[in-house]
Amino acid sequence: MTDRAGVFARILELIEPLNPKKVPLTENTSFAGDMEMDSLTVMDLVASMEDEWDIMIPLNMLPDLETIGQVADAVAGLVAKKG
Amino acid sequence: MPNLPVTDLLAKYDPLIAEHAGLLSTGIRDPFGIVMDKVLSPTEAIIKGQHTILLGTYNYMGMTFDPDVIASGQAAIRDFGAGTTGSRVLNGTYQTHKECEDALKDFYGMSHAMVFSTGYQANLGMVSTLAGKGDFIILDADSHASIYDGCKMSNADIVRFRHNDAADLEKRLKRLPAEAGKLVVLEGVYSMLGDVAPLPELVAIAKAHGCMVLVDEAHGMGFFGEHGRGVYEEQGVADDVDFVVGTFSKSVGTVGGFCVSNHPKFEILRLVCRPYTFTASLPPAVVASAATSIRKLMTAHAKRDRLWEATRRLHGGLKSRGFKLATDTPESAIVSVLMPDQETTALMWSTLINLGVYVNMSRPPATPAGVFLLRCSICALHSNEQIDIVLGKFEQAAQMVNLALHEPA
Ligand SMILES: Cc1ncc(COP(=O)(O)O)c(C=O)c1O
Repeated sequence: MTDRAGVFARILELIEPLNPKKVPLTENTSFAGDMEMDSLTVMDLVASMEDEWDIMIPLNMLPDLETIGQVADAVAGLVAKKG
Repeated sequence: MPNLPVTDLLAKYDPLIAEHAGLLSTGIRDPFGIVMDKVLSPTEAIIKGQHTILLGTYNYMGMTFDPDVIASGQAAIRDFGAGTTGSRVLNGTYQTHKECEDALKDFYGMSHAMVFSTGYQANLGMVSTLAGKGDFIILDADSHASIYDGCKMSNADIVRFRHNDAADLEKRLKRLPAEAGKLVVLEGVYSMLGDVAPLPELVAIAKAHGCMVLVDEAHGMGFFGEHGRGVYEEQGVADDVDFVVGTFSKSVGTVGGFCVSNHPKFEILRLVCRPYTFTASLPPAVVASAATSIRKLMTAHAKRDRLWEATRRLHGGLKSRGFKLATDTPESAIVSVLMPDQETTALMWSTLINLGVYVNMSRPPATPAGVFLLRCSICALHSNEQIDIVLGKFEQAAQMVNLALHEPA
């Protein structure tokens, strides 16, 4: 199983190229509020996470995922469910 | 006990109010506040006393003033009254509604047709009713708002794939459970950029993964394919499309929406599709006009040819004048001019309307992020002279607002 810390670290790496303003990235950094990500960038990020772990993150899950920490929890959960 | 202070629910729109006010303070006309004082024909209107060429109306086949269409509407309002005051499933289905659905069945060569009050409601209803809890809806990222809203209203899981990207669609479908119900939603023509979908690739992948397919032909009906059914007919995938959604508000020239299908259980949708059931049906005059228009569109070959001819003239003319267009060749009857930013778009739009040319101004969220457009939709009744006037005005407006034009390739 991929551990939560490993998922979080890799998510930070995936976000880095989409973070031109170099907003500090923590568990509580929010995508819309802190990073001002537009929906197209969010789509790119979701796609890269899906490819990274070969999972599916449905669009209807996104409204509940406001911070990097929440996304890491969700991804770790989806990876665990995949087995 | 004194009342609590009210929290203003509209306060969340303050940034948008400020942005709109900022735009208007530069002295431009309001792009979202146009009033047509008189409509002279499908291609001309009087706006603020000025004679204006209409180039942003989706009235592709010019049916709004067709004498037979108007006569049908007049007869129906006289014989059946101004409205039905009821739902399609209670007192709101008249002979006129039945005839309209028969016209659709004949037009599409399909066994079932359901008429909704608008195309927006047709997508909202079909998408949300077909896919329920445990099912998946897979939609193109550039889908129309009505499709997105249908997804929101359904209890399905929503998966989005990159616009018109067959490889991306396949990658996503591979991750879904084989046994789950899956609906792939596509559009024949995408209305913002006016580009056409590669339906054979997309539909083949959808079928290989056990999906049902719905295609929205809002901007393709009337002039794609041998019978004018849409892009799905022209590209030869009719046998693999389960549901076709469309609208009367474009080529048909009135208002309303529909879904047609050969699915043997289709009729049950009338009882479970809430945007169909829980709203009043269209007025008799509207469905009677639509039925006549649809039957005339079946054989409107000369008009189709003329529409493509006028479209090529506009697309080629804008391109040779150095405007940047969203598609390299005219793929549909929508020609979208790419603009650099919101201010230039608004200024150019305002200048054009002052010069007597109406086009659509489009910006996010209607368009993909960062995309600003002046969208032209062509009508079969636009004359070459009108197109040439428009081309001249575009060139003049670009000079007036200092829009950089490109060396034509
Ligand atoms: C692709 C697409 N689907 C559906 C609709 C909705 O059609 P209507 O105007 O009938 O609500 C439109 C038009 O806005 C559209 O462009």
